[in-house]
Amino acid sequence: MKKKDFDVIVVGAGPAGLSAAYVLAKAGVDVIIIERGKFPGSKNVMGGIFYREPMDDLIPDFYKEAPVERHIIEQRMWLLDDVSHFSMGIKTQKHNSEPYNCFSVFRAHFDKWFAKKVVEAGALLINETVVTDPIVEDGKVVGVKTDRPQGDLYADCVIAADGVQSFLARSLGLRKKITPDKVALGVKEVIGLSEEQINDRFGVKSDDEGVTIEMTGPFLKGMEGMGWIYTNKNSLSIGIGVIIDDLVKHNVNPNDLLESLKSHPSVLPLIEGGETKEYLAHVIPEGGYKSIPKMYTDGFMVAGDAAMLVDSVHREGSNLAVESGKLAARTYLEAREAGDFSERMLSKYQEKLEDTFVLKDLKFYRNLPELLEEKRYLLTEYPQFIIDAMTEIYTVDGVPKPDKFKKIKEELKDRFGYVRLAKDIYTIWRKLR
Amino acid sequence: MKKLRIEDKLYLVGYNVDHDNNHLGISDPEVCKTACQKRQCTYVCPANVYTWDEKEEKININYDACLECGTCRFACDYITWKYPRGGFGVAYKFG
Repeated sequence: MKKKDFDVIVVGAGPAGLSAAYVLAKAGVDVIIIERGKFPGSKNVMGGIFYREPMDDLIPDFYKEAPVERHIIEQRMWLLDDVSHFSMGIKTQKHNSEPYNCFSVFRAHFDKWFAKKVVEAGALLINETVVTDPIVEDGKVVGVKTDRPQGDLYADCVIAADGVQSFLARSLGLRKKITPDKVALGVKEVIGLSEEQINDRFGVKSDDEGVTIEMTGPFLKGMEGMGWIYTNKNSLSIGIGVIIDDLVKHNVNPNDLLESLKSHPSVLPLIEGGETKEYLAHVIPEGGYKSIPKMYTDGFMVAGDAAMLVDSVHREGSNLAVESGKLAARTYLEAREAGDFSERMLSKYQEKLEDTFVLKDLKFYRNLPELLEEKRYLLTEYPQFIIDAMTEIYTVDGVPKPDKFKKIKEELKDRFGYVRLAKDIYTIWRKLR
Repeated sequence: MKKLRIEDKLYLVGYNVDHDNNHLGISDPEVCKTACQKRQCTYVCPANVYTWDEKEEKININYDACLECGTCRFACDYITWKYPRGGFGVAYKFG
Protein backbone atom coordinates (compact mmCIF):
# COMPACT_ATOMS: atom_id res chain seq x y z
CA MET A 1 0.00 0.00 0.00
CA LYS A 2 1.11 3.49 -0.74
CA LYS A 3 2.66 5.23 2.28
CA LYS A 4 0.74 8.31 3.34
CA ASP A 5 0.92 10.34 6.55
CA PHE A 6 -0.96 13.42 5.32
CA ASP A 7 -2.87 14.57 2.26
CA VAL A 8 -0.54 17.53 1.78
CA ILE A 9 2.81 18.63 3.21
CA VAL A 10 3.45 22.38 3.11
CA VAL A 11 7.10 23.35 3.57
CA GLY A 12 7.63 26.74 5.15
CA ALA A 13 5.35 28.92 7.28
CA GLY A 14 5.65 32.25 5.49
CA PRO A 15 2.78 34.00 3.72
CA ALA A 16 2.75 31.51 0.81
CA GLY A 17 2.83 28.35 2.92
CA LEU A 18 0.39 29.67 5.53
CA SER A 19 -2.08 30.74 2.83
CA ALA A 20 -1.89 27.34 1.17
CA ALA A 21 -2.31 25.50 4.47
CA TYR A 22 -5.22 27.74 5.47
CA VAL A 23 -7.18 27.04 2.27
CA LEU A 24 -6.50 23.32 2.59
CA ALA A 25 -7.38 23.07 6.28
CA LYS A 26 -10.62 25.00 5.72
CA ALA A 27 -11.51 22.49 3.00
CA GLY A 28 -11.01 19.63 5.43
CA VAL A 29 -7.73 18.43 3.93
CA ASP A 30 -5.30 16.68 6.26
CA VAL A 31 -2.39 19.10 5.99
CA ILE A 32 0.90 19.50 7.85
CA ILE A 33 2.98 22.66 7.67
CA ILE A 34 6.66 22.34 8.52
CA GLU A 35 8.67 25.35 9.75
CA ARG A 36 12.38 25.42 10.57
CA GLY A 37 12.20 28.37 12.99
CA LYS A 38 11.23 28.29 16.66
CA PHE A 39 7.86 29.68 15.58
CA PRO A 40 6.44 30.92 12.25
CA GLY A 41 7.94 34.31 11.49
CA SER A 42 11.11 33.91 13.54
CA LYS A 43 13.21 33.42 10.37
CA ASN A 44 11.13 35.67 8.14
CA VAL A 45 12.07 39.17 7.06
CA MET A 46 10.53 41.72 4.77
CA GLY A 47 10.55 45.50 4.39
CA GLY A 48 7.75 45.16 5.38
CA ILE A 49 4.54 46.15 3.72
CA PHE A 50 1.68 43.68 3.66
CA TYR A 51 -1.18 44.13 1.20
CA ARG A 52 -4.75 43.51 2.22
CA GLU A 53 -6.46 42.42 -0.96
CA PRO A 54 -5.17 38.85 -1.50
CA MET A 55 -5.96 38.02 2.17
CA ASP A 56 -9.57 39.23 1.84
CA ASP A 57 -11.15 35.97 0.75
CA LEU A 58 -9.03 33.99 3.24
CA ILE A 59 -9.73 35.90 6.44
CA PRO A 60 -12.12 38.82 5.80
CA ASP A 61 -11.21 41.96 7.78
CA PHE A 62 -8.09 40.19 9.05
CA TYR A 63 -6.46 43.51 9.86
CA LYS A 64 -8.93 44.15 12.67
CA GLU A 65 -7.52 41.19 14.51
CA ALA A 66 -4.02 40.68 13.13
CA PRO A 67 -0.95 42.42 14.56
CA VAL A 68 -0.51 45.12 11.91
CA GLU A 69 1.41 48.30 12.68
CA ARG A 70 0.01 51.22 10.65
CA HIS A 71 -2.17 51.37 7.54
CA ILE A 72 -0.35 53.26 4.82
CA ILE A 73 -1.90 56.54 3.66
CA GLU A 74 1.10 58.07 1.94
CA GLN A 75 3.72 56.51 -0.32
CA ARG A 76 6.72 58.60 -1.32
CA MET A 77 9.32 57.87 -3.98
CA TRP A 78 12.63 59.66 -3.68
CA LEU A 79 15.40 60.07 -6.20
CA LEU A 80 18.47 60.46 -4.06
CA ASP A 81 21.91 61.86 -4.73
CA ASP A 82 24.44 62.55 -2.00
CA VAL A 83 22.98 65.89 -0.93
CA SER A 84 19.43 66.05 -2.32
CA HIS A 85 16.26 64.18 -2.89
CA PHE A 86 13.59 64.71 -5.54
CA SER A 87 10.26 63.60 -4.16
CA MET A 88 7.14 62.19 -5.74
CA GLY A 89 4.30 60.39 -4.07
CA ILE A 90 0.66 60.00 -3.24
CA LYS A 91 -1.12 60.73 0.00
CA THR A 92 -4.82 60.07 -0.18
CA GLN A 93 -7.73 59.75 2.21
CA LYS A 94 -8.93 56.94 -0.06
CA HIS A 95 -6.21 54.86 1.63
CA ASN A 96 -7.22 56.19 5.04
CA SER A 97 -10.56 54.45 5.27
CA GLU A 98 -11.42 50.79 5.67
CA PRO A 99 -10.76 48.30 4.29
CA TYR A 100 -7.36 50.02 3.70
CA ASN A 101 -4.78 49.33 1.01
CA CYS A 102 -1.75 48.01 2.86
CA PHE A 103 -0.10 47.90 6.25
CA SER A 104 3.34 48.00 7.78
CA VAL A 105 3.87 44.74 9.65
CA PHE A 106 6.53 42.76 11.49
CA ARG A 107 6.72 39.29 10.07
CA ALA A 108 7.69 37.71 13.39
CA HIS A 109 4.41 39.03 14.80
CA PHE A 110 2.16 38.69 11.76
CA ASP A 111 3.19 35.21 10.64
CA LYS A 112 2.87 33.91 14.19
CA TRP A 113 -0.71 35.19 14.27
CA PHE A 114 -1.48 33.85 10.80
CA ALA A 115 -0.09 30.44 11.80
CA LYS A 116 -2.42 30.42 14.80
CA LYS A 117 -5.37 30.90 12.44
CA VAL A 118 -4.07 28.09 10.25
CA VAL A 119 -3.84 25.74 13.23
CA GLU A 120 -7.34 26.78 14.38
CA ALA A 121 -8.57 25.89 10.89
CA GLY A 122 -7.27 22.36 11.44
CA ALA A 123 -3.72 22.19 10.06
CA LEU A 124 -0.90 20.56 11.98
CA LEU A 125 2.06 22.89 12.50
CA ILE A 126 5.50 21.45 13.28
CA ASN A 127 8.19 23.99 14.20
CA GLU A 128 11.98 23.60 14.57
CA THR A 129 12.14 21.11 11.71
CA VAL A 130 14.20 21.44 8.53
CA VAL A 131 12.98 19.71 5.38
CA THR A 132 16.19 18.38 3.90
CA ASP A 133 15.07 16.66 0.68
CA PRO A 134 12.05 15.65 -1.33
CA ILE A 135 11.27 11.92 -1.44
CA VAL A 136 10.85 10.82 -5.03
CA GLU A 137 9.45 7.42 -6.02
CA ASP A 138 8.84 6.36 -9.63
CA GLY A 139 9.56 9.90 -10.71
CA LYS A 140 6.86 11.34 -8.44
CA VAL A 141 7.27 13.44 -5.33
CA VAL A 142 5.66 11.41 -2.55
CA GLY A 143 6.97 13.14 0.55
CA VAL A 144 9.86 14.88 2.28
CA LYS A 145 12.83 14.00 4.46
CA THR A 146 13.32 16.10 7.58
CA ASP A 147 16.11 16.49 10.13
CA ARG A 148 14.03 14.79 12.81
CA PRO A 149 14.71 11.15 13.75
CA GLN A 150 12.44 8.93 11.63
CA GLY A 151 11.47 12.18 10.05
CA ASP A 152 10.31 10.98 6.63
CA LEU A 153 6.79 12.10 5.82
CA TYR A 154 4.57 10.95 2.97
CA ALA A 155 1.67 12.71 1.24
CA ASP A 156 -0.24 13.01 -2.04
CA CYS A 157 1.31 16.37 -2.68
CA VAL A 158 4.07 18.66 -1.41
CA ILE A 159 3.75 22.45 -1.63
CA ALA A 160 7.20 24.05 -1.40
CA ALA A 161 6.96 27.49 0.14
CA ASP A 162 10.50 27.19 1.43
CA GLY A 163 11.66 30.68 0.54
CA VAL A 164 14.24 32.24 -1.70
CA GLN A 165 16.92 29.60 -1.15
CA SER A 166 14.48 27.20 -2.80
CA PHE A 167 16.41 24.01 -2.05
CA LEU A 168 13.50 21.68 -2.88
CA ALA A 169 12.80 23.04 -6.38
CA ARG A 170 16.53 23.00 -7.06
CA SER A 171 17.04 19.42 -5.94
CA LEU A 172 14.14 18.33 -8.16
CA GLY A 173 15.78 20.04 -11.11
CA LEU A 174 12.90 22.48 -11.55
CA ARG A 175 15.22 25.44 -11.45
CA LYS A 176 18.72 26.32 -12.50
CA LYS A 177 21.25 27.67 -10.07
CA ILE A 178 20.31 31.17 -8.90
CA THR A 179 23.00 33.60 -10.04
CA PRO A 180 23.98 36.66 -7.97
CA ASP A 181 22.57 39.08 -10.56
CA LYS A 182 19.06 37.74 -9.91
CA VAL A 183 18.95 38.21 -6.15
CA ALA A 184 19.27 41.22 -3.88
CA LEU A 185 20.43 41.36 -0.31
CA GLY A 186 18.17 43.43 1.90
CA VAL A 187 19.53 44.67 5.22
CA LYS A 188 17.25 46.43 7.64
CA GLU A 189 17.12 48.01 11.06
CA VAL A 190 14.16 48.53 13.29
CA ILE A 191 14.68 51.89 14.98
CA GLY A 192 12.57 52.75 18.00
CA LEU A 193 11.00 56.22 18.29
CA SER A 194 7.93 57.43 20.14
CA GLU A 195 4.56 57.44 18.38
CA GLU A 196 4.45 61.24 18.67
CA GLN A 197 7.89 61.63 17.09
CA ILE A 198 6.85 59.45 14.18
CA ASN A 199 3.52 61.24 13.74
CA ASP A 200 5.25 64.64 13.73
CA ARG A 201 8.13 63.67 11.46
CA PHE A 202 5.93 61.98 8.88
CA GLY A 203 2.93 64.29 9.08
CA VAL A 204 0.25 61.88 10.18
CA LYS A 205 -2.46 62.37 12.79
CA SER A 206 -2.38 59.13 14.74
CA ASP A 207 -0.43 55.97 15.36
CA ASP A 208 -2.70 54.11 12.92
CA GLU A 209 -1.71 56.19 9.90
CA GLY A 210 1.54 55.36 8.15
CA VAL A 211 3.94 56.48 5.46
CA THR A 212 6.37 54.66 3.17
CA ILE A 213 9.40 56.10 1.43
CA GLU A 214 11.33 54.24 -1.28
CA MET A 215 14.64 55.65 -2.39
CA THR A 216 16.83 55.05 -5.38
CA GLY A 217 19.13 57.05 -7.65
CA PRO A 218 22.75 58.13 -8.02
CA PHE A 219 23.23 57.76 -4.26
CA LEU A 220 23.77 54.07 -5.05
CA LYS A 221 26.73 54.86 -7.36
CA GLY A 222 25.40 52.75 -10.20
CA MET A 223 24.37 49.76 -8.15
CA GLU A 224 20.85 48.50 -8.70
CA GLY A 225 18.90 48.75 -5.52
CA MET A 226 16.40 50.54 -3.37
CA GLY A 227 16.31 51.95 0.12
CA TRP A 228 13.18 52.29 2.20
CA ILE A 229 11.71 53.73 5.38
CA TYR A 230 8.39 52.44 6.67
CA THR A 231 6.57 53.72 9.73
CA ASN A 232 5.54 51.23 12.39
CA LYS A 233 3.59 52.18 15.52
CA ASN A 234 6.60 53.16 17.60
CA SER A 235 9.50 52.35 15.35
CA LEU A 236 10.75 52.79 11.82
CA SER A 237 11.90 50.04 9.49
CA ILE A 238 14.82 51.38 7.47
CA GLY A 239 16.63 49.23 4.99
CA ILE A 240 18.34 48.92 1.67
CA GLY A 241 18.31 46.14 -0.89
CA VAL A 242 21.01 45.81 -3.55
CA ILE A 243 21.64 43.17 -6.21
CA ILE A 244 24.31 40.84 -4.76
CA ASP A 245 26.38 40.88 -7.93
CA ASP A 246 26.61 44.67 -7.63
CA LEU A 247 27.76 44.50 -4.00
CA VAL A 248 30.48 42.07 -5.07
CA LYS A 249 31.60 44.12 -8.07
CA HIS A 250 31.57 47.42 -6.19
CA ASN A 251 33.33 45.94 -3.12
CA VAL A 252 30.55 47.18 -0.89
CA ASN A 253 29.65 45.99 2.58
CA PRO A 254 25.87 46.08 3.04
CA ASN A 255 26.04 47.50 6.56
CA ASP A 256 28.29 50.36 5.41
CA LEU A 257 25.70 51.11 2.74
CA LEU A 258 22.87 51.09 5.27
CA GLU A 259 24.86 53.38 7.57
CA SER A 260 25.50 55.81 4.72
CA LEU A 261 21.78 55.82 3.92
CA LYS A 262 21.04 56.51 7.60
CA SER A 263 23.42 59.48 7.60
CA HIS A 264 22.02 60.98 4.37
CA PRO A 265 20.87 64.56 5.08
CA SER A 266 17.33 63.75 3.91
CA VAL A 267 17.10 60.60 6.00
CA LEU A 268 18.90 61.50 9.22
CA PRO A 269 16.28 63.94 10.56
CA LEU A 270 13.64 61.21 10.28
CA ILE A 271 15.56 58.67 12.37
CA GLU A 272 17.61 61.00 14.60
CA GLY A 273 17.56 60.06 18.28
CA GLY A 274 16.05 56.65 17.62
CA GLU A 275 17.40 53.50 19.17
CA THR A 276 18.17 50.50 17.00
CA LYS A 277 16.19 47.51 18.23
CA GLU A 278 17.02 44.84 15.69
CA TYR A 279 19.25 44.26 12.67
CA LEU A 280 18.08 41.92 9.95
CA ALA A 281 19.15 40.52 6.61
CA HIS A 282 17.35 38.54 3.96
CA VAL A 283 17.75 37.79 0.27
CA ILE A 284 15.06 38.99 -2.15
CA PRO A 285 14.46 37.17 -5.45
CA GLU A 286 14.51 39.93 -8.07
CA GLY A 287 15.13 38.08 -11.30
CA GLY A 288 11.51 38.57 -12.32
CA TYR A 289 9.48 36.58 -14.83
CA LYS A 290 12.39 35.02 -16.68
CA SER A 291 13.88 33.58 -13.50
CA ILE A 292 10.70 31.78 -12.43
CA PRO A 293 11.36 28.04 -12.16
CA LYS A 294 9.06 25.34 -13.41
CA MET A 295 6.42 25.62 -10.70
CA TYR A 296 5.07 22.06 -10.67
CA THR A 297 5.91 18.44 -11.22
CA ASP A 298 4.25 15.17 -10.21
CA GLY A 299 2.98 15.65 -6.67
CA PHE A 300 4.74 18.98 -6.18
CA MET A 301 4.11 22.73 -6.50
CA VAL A 302 6.27 25.77 -5.68
CA ALA A 303 4.90 29.03 -4.22
CA GLY A 304 6.05 32.46 -3.04
CA ASP A 305 9.73 33.47 -2.95
CA ALA A 306 10.73 29.88 -3.79
CA ALA A 307 9.07 30.47 -7.17
CA MET A 308 10.76 33.90 -7.44
CA LEU A 309 7.39 35.64 -7.27
CA VAL A 310 8.53 39.15 -6.38
CA ASP A 311 7.66 42.37 -8.19
CA SER A 312 10.68 44.48 -7.33
CA VAL A 313 9.45 47.53 -9.25
CA HIS A 314 6.45 47.92 -6.97
CA ARG A 315 8.14 46.31 -3.92
CA GLU A 316 5.43 43.67 -3.81
CA GLY A 317 6.12 40.13 -2.65
CA SER A 318 3.95 39.09 0.26
CA ASN A 319 0.80 39.58 -1.83
CA LEU A 320 2.19 37.43 -4.64
CA ALA A 321 3.12 34.84 -2.03
CA VAL A 322 -0.39 34.78 -0.55
CA GLU A 323 -2.01 34.54 -4.00
CA SER A 324 0.30 31.76 -5.17
CA GLY A 325 -0.19 29.78 -1.95
CA LYS A 326 -3.96 30.04 -2.34
CA LEU A 327 -3.86 28.93 -5.96
CA ALA A 328 -1.54 26.00 -5.24
CA ALA A 329 -4.00 24.86 -2.57
CA ARG A 330 -7.00 25.28 -4.89
CA THR A 331 -5.21 23.33 -7.59
CA TYR A 332 -4.66 20.54 -5.07
CA LEU A 333 -8.39 20.52 -4.25
CA GLU A 334 -9.20 20.04 -7.94
CA ALA A 335 -6.55 17.35 -8.22
CA ARG A 336 -8.01 15.55 -5.22
CA GLU A 337 -11.46 15.69 -6.76
CA ALA A 338 -10.02 14.03 -9.86
CA GLY A 339 -7.81 11.65 -7.88
CA ASP A 340 -4.91 12.76 -10.05
CA PHE A 341 -1.75 14.44 -8.72
CA SER A 342 0.20 14.18 -11.93
CA GLU A 343 2.26 16.94 -13.47
CA ARG A 344 -0.41 17.40 -16.13
CA MET A 345 -3.08 17.98 -13.52
CA LEU A 346 -0.91 20.28 -11.39
CA SER A 347 0.01 22.37 -14.44
CA LYS A 348 -3.34 24.04 -13.78
CA TYR A 349 -1.56 25.86 -10.97
CA GLN A 350 0.52 27.76 -13.50
CA GLU A 351 -2.54 28.38 -15.68
CA LYS A 352 -4.31 29.89 -12.68
CA LEU A 353 -1.34 32.11 -11.86
CA GLU A 354 -1.17 33.27 -15.49
CA ASP A 355 -4.73 34.53 -15.09
CA THR A 356 -3.95 36.68 -12.06
CA PHE A 357 -1.99 39.83 -11.38
CA VAL A 358 0.91 37.64 -10.19
CA LEU A 359 2.22 36.49 -13.55
CA LYS A 360 0.60 39.32 -15.53
CA ASP A 361 2.59 41.90 -13.54
CA LEU A 362 5.82 39.93 -13.68
CA LYS A 363 5.37 39.30 -17.40
CA PHE A 364 4.87 43.01 -18.02
CA TYR A 365 8.26 43.75 -16.43
CA ARG A 366 9.96 40.65 -17.84
CA ASN A 367 12.61 42.62 -19.76
CA LEU A 368 13.41 45.07 -17.01
CA PRO A 369 16.22 43.17 -15.25
CA GLU A 370 18.14 42.88 -18.54
CA LEU A 371 17.39 46.46 -19.49
CA LEU A 372 18.81 47.75 -16.21
CA GLU A 373 21.79 45.45 -16.48
CA GLU A 374 22.53 46.75 -19.96
CA LYS A 375 21.67 50.41 -19.40
CA ARG A 376 22.71 50.95 -15.81
CA TYR A 377 22.91 54.72 -16.40
CA LEU A 378 19.09 54.77 -16.39
CA LEU A 379 19.42 54.50 -12.61
CA THR A 380 22.05 57.19 -12.23
CA GLU A 381 22.32 59.73 -15.04
CA TYR A 382 18.63 60.40 -15.63
CA PRO A 383 17.76 60.71 -11.94
CA GLN A 384 20.77 63.01 -11.50
CA PHE A 385 19.54 65.15 -14.40
CA ILE A 386 16.08 65.43 -12.81
CA ILE A 387 17.59 66.43 -9.44
CA ASP A 388 19.85 69.01 -11.09
CA ALA A 389 17.07 70.43 -13.26
CA MET A 390 14.72 70.78 -10.30
CA THR A 391 17.47 72.41 -8.25
CA GLU A 392 18.08 74.88 -11.09
CA ILE A 393 14.39 75.73 -11.43
CA TYR A 394 13.93 76.30 -7.71
CA THR A 395 17.12 78.34 -7.26
CA VAL A 396 16.45 82.10 -7.41
CA ASP A 397 19.72 83.68 -8.49
CA GLY A 398 18.81 86.52 -10.82
CA VAL A 399 18.98 84.30 -13.89
CA PRO A 400 15.78 84.78 -15.94
CA LYS A 401 13.59 81.71 -16.27
CA PRO A 402 13.92 81.48 -20.08
CA ASP A 403 17.71 81.28 -19.60
CA LYS A 404 17.28 78.59 -16.97
CA PHE A 405 15.10 76.50 -19.26
CA LYS A 406 17.59 76.98 -22.06
CA LYS A 407 20.39 75.87 -19.77
CA ILE A 408 18.45 72.75 -18.74
CA LYS A 409 17.77 71.93 -22.38
CA GLU A 410 21.47 72.30 -23.19
CA GLU A 411 22.39 70.11 -20.24
CA LEU A 412 20.02 67.47 -21.54
CA LYS A 413 21.70 67.61 -24.94
CA ASP A 414 25.24 67.61 -23.49
CA ARG A 415 24.66 64.78 -21.06
CA PHE A 416 22.65 62.45 -23.23
CA GLY A 417 22.30 63.77 -26.77
CA TYR A 418 18.88 63.82 -28.35
CA VAL A 419 19.54 60.65 -30.33
CA ARG A 420 20.41 58.63 -27.23
CA LEU A 421 17.48 60.14 -25.37
CA ALA A 422 15.10 59.12 -28.16
CA LYS A 423 16.67 55.67 -28.31
CA ASP A 424 16.32 55.17 -24.56
CA ILE A 425 12.69 56.24 -24.57
CA TYR A 426 12.01 53.92 -27.49
CA THR A 427 13.82 51.01 -25.80
CA ILE A 428 11.91 51.44 -22.55
CA TRP A 429 8.61 51.66 -24.45
CA ARG A 430 9.45 48.57 -26.47
CA LYS A 431 10.60 46.50 -23.49
CA LEU A 432 7.59 47.36 -21.37
CA ARG A 433 4.71 46.20 -23.47
CA MET B 1 23.72 59.72 15.15
CA LYS B 2 26.56 57.36 15.97
CA LYS B 3 27.48 54.95 13.21
CA LEU B 4 26.90 51.40 14.23
CA ARG B 5 29.29 48.61 13.39
CA ILE B 6 28.02 45.17 12.48
CA GLU B 7 29.38 43.86 15.80
CA ASP B 8 27.25 46.43 17.67
CA LYS B 9 24.15 45.43 15.76
CA LEU B 10 24.59 41.69 16.18
CA TYR B 11 24.21 42.16 19.96
CA LEU B 12 20.60 43.07 19.20
CA VAL B 13 19.89 39.83 17.36
CA GLY B 14 18.56 36.74 19.09
CA TYR B 15 20.28 33.43 18.35
CA ASN B 16 20.00 29.87 19.48
CA VAL B 17 23.51 28.78 18.56
CA ASP B 18 24.03 25.15 17.59
CA HIS B 19 27.36 24.47 19.31
CA ASP B 20 27.64 21.02 17.75
CA ASN B 21 27.16 21.89 14.10
CA ASN B 22 28.60 24.48 11.76
CA HIS B 23 26.16 24.89 8.88
CA LEU B 24 28.65 26.84 6.75
CA GLY B 25 31.76 25.68 4.96
CA ILE B 26 34.12 26.12 2.02
CA SER B 27 34.33 23.20 -0.37
CA ASP B 28 37.89 23.91 -1.52
CA PRO B 29 39.81 26.20 0.87
CA GLU B 30 42.84 26.14 -1.46
CA VAL B 31 40.90 28.40 -3.82
CA CYS B 32 40.72 31.13 -1.16
CA LYS B 33 44.52 31.38 -1.00
CA THR B 34 45.34 32.60 -4.48
CA ALA B 35 42.70 31.84 -7.10
CA CYS B 36 40.08 33.97 -5.37
CA GLN B 37 40.88 37.55 -6.27
CA LYS B 38 38.26 39.48 -4.32
CA ARG B 39 37.47 37.28 -1.33
CA GLN B 40 34.01 38.77 -1.57
CA CYS B 41 32.72 36.69 1.34
CA THR B 42 34.76 38.96 3.62
CA TYR B 43 32.72 42.04 2.68
CA VAL B 44 29.30 41.03 1.28
CA CYS B 45 28.19 39.17 4.38
CA PRO B 46 25.93 41.44 6.46
CA ALA B 47 27.11 39.69 9.66
CA ASN B 48 30.88 39.62 8.97
CA VAL B 49 30.86 35.84 9.29
CA TYR B 50 33.90 35.43 7.03
CA THR B 51 37.32 36.91 7.79
CA TRP B 52 40.65 36.31 6.11
CA ASP B 53 43.33 34.96 8.42
CA GLU B 54 46.65 36.22 7.01
CA LYS B 55 48.76 33.97 9.18
CA GLU B 56 46.90 30.75 8.59
CA GLU B 57 46.04 31.75 5.01
CA LYS B 58 42.48 30.72 5.32
CA ILE B 59 38.98 32.07 5.72
CA ASN B 60 37.71 31.89 9.29
CA ILE B 61 34.00 31.23 9.58
CA ASN B 62 32.17 32.63 12.59
CA TYR B 63 28.92 30.77 11.91
CA ASP B 64 27.41 31.82 15.27
CA ALA B 65 26.71 35.26 13.81
CA CYS B 66 25.05 34.02 10.61
CA LEU B 67 21.75 35.76 9.79
CA GLU B 68 20.88 32.95 7.34
CA CYS B 69 20.30 35.29 4.41
CA GLY B 70 22.37 33.12 2.05
CA THR B 71 24.12 36.07 0.36
CA CYS B 72 27.46 34.26 0.57
CA ARG B 73 26.20 31.21 -1.29
CA PHE B 74 25.01 33.40 -4.15
CA ALA B 75 28.24 35.43 -4.12
CA CYS B 76 30.65 32.46 -4.06
CA ASP B 77 30.28 29.00 -5.58
CA TYR B 78 32.70 27.42 -3.09
CA ILE B 79 30.67 28.22 -0.02
CA THR B 80 28.64 25.28 1.18
CA TRP B 81 25.55 26.45 2.92
CA LYS B 82 22.67 24.72 4.53
CA TYR B 83 20.07 25.69 7.05
CA PRO B 84 21.05 25.26 10.70
CA ARG B 85 19.31 22.32 12.34
CA GLY B 86 15.63 22.86 13.14
CA GLY B 87 15.11 25.42 15.90
CA PHE B 88 18.72 26.66 15.85
CA GLY B 89 20.20 29.83 14.44
CA VAL B 90 18.75 33.30 14.19
CA ALA B 91 15.40 34.08 15.82
CA TYR B 92 14.05 37.52 15.00
CA LYS B 93 11.91 39.50 17.42
CA PHE B 94 10.42 41.76 14.75
CA GLY B 95 11.21 40.29 11.34
